Amino acid sequence: MSYSFDFSFLANHGEMILHGIRVTLILITVGAALGLLTAVACNWLRMFAPAPVRALVTLYVEFIRNTPFLIQLFFIFFGLPRIGLSMSETTAAVLAMSINLGAYGTEILRAGLQATTTGQWEAGLSLGMSRNQTFWRVALVPALQKMWAPLSSQIVIVMLGSATVSQIAVADLTYAANLIQSRTFRAFEIYFVVTAIYILLAALVRLVLQLVGRHLLGTRHMP
Amino acid sequence: MMDFTLSQILWALGMGARWTVALSLVAFVLGGVLGFVLMLCAISQRVWLRGPVLLLIWFIQGTPLLMQLFLIFFGPALFGTNISAWSAACIALTLWSAVYLAEIWRGAVRAVPRGQTEAALCLAMLPGQSLRHVVLPQAIRMALPPTAGFMVQIVKSTSLTSIVGFTELMKTGTILSNVTLDPFLIYGLVAICYFCLCYPLSLASRRLEVRFDVTR
Repeated sequence: MSYSFDFSFLANHGEMILHGIRVTLILITVGAALGLLTAVACNWLRMFAPAPVRALVTLYVEFIRNTPFLIQLFFIFFGLPRIGLSMSETTAAVLAMSINLGAYGTEILRAGLQATTTGQWEAGLSLGMSRNQTFWRVALVPALQKMWAPLSSQIVIVMLGSATVSQIAVADLTYAANLIQSRTFRAFEIYFVVTAIYILLAALVRLVLQLVGRHLLGTRHMP
Repeated sequence: MMDFTLSQILWALGMGARWTVALSLVAFVLGGVLGFVLMLCAISQRVWLRGPVLLLIWFIQGTPLLMQLFLIFFGPALFGTNISAWSAACIALTLWSAVYLAEIWRGAVRAVPRGQTEAALCLAMLPGQSLRHVVLPQAIRMALPPTAGFMVQIVKSTSLTSIVGFTELMKTGTILSNVTLDPFLIYGLVAICYFCLCYPLSLASRRLEVRFDVTR
């Protein structure tokens, strides 16, 4: 074959790629934090809120889990302005990622909360705590500990899925790749390089989550 | 702006949804066959079989599907040929689902207690026979619910192929939203279409989980 690989474009476009990496990392950091909060809040609502609210939470979780991320993103960014809710593309991306992670996180955390034995709930209650206090002080942390590995995996999945936010012109890593591709026509090389960067980013996110789990939750053996 | 009646919109989305279903079926059937072979390689004792497959699994699971699509869509241009969006979508999704199915099934095979294999070998079965007659029948029961659950992931992932220009449900939605200028309605309808495709699979997965509850 007569094609010769040419990676020299990297010298001129390094800054662009670095910026893309930064945006992707910021998106996943904010998205993960908000998503986890959503997951905790939804589980609290599932236990303590009146039945209609509980039904809404179930609807949210099922609907998000059964539709693609891309349509959620497009609905938020293109659809919502139609009813007067405009937002910047970055806000839309973070919102879509948080909502998506929140739904999966709710299901994962629910499994963890169910694994908290009734004995622990009874112990909390018999110490004079309310059910609400027992949720926050007794059940939640062990549930997060137990489920930290699957939660971490889900966060990595959302990070890889965030490649699609380039479609609404958020200047993430994939956006940088598309832009460089259209400038240099070195499609295969740039996608190859960026794919490799994604592998490294996934490893980095896993590592950070492992450290976060160890320091905040005291988990030892991790993903 | 063009005026479309709701029934025209739904008809167009239905046409797009046929391609989503077709692509999902191709990815599941071909991915299933390839995934089974990959699974056999991954549990093999021979390093030259296992090594490359584990490397492939690591690569596919560690990178965005969108990047894999781009690589497959733009890659053949290196050899001076072009590849249609449909072929690129089929190849990328088949490979992607094969890897995930291989991992799911490998987990199921691993979950069958070792004593079962040992007992089969003690009865003078060959390793292949013990896999076929003892391990796999038990592993299949465990693998069914997550496999049905993964079909939901396949249907959802087909939406990414709209980005390389394959006209399925998502792309149809984008085109419609561009001509009707009502993204709220169109994307809402598209989301409902995906939900109608995926939710029965989710329910099936949950049913199977209750029916084949191995911890019971």
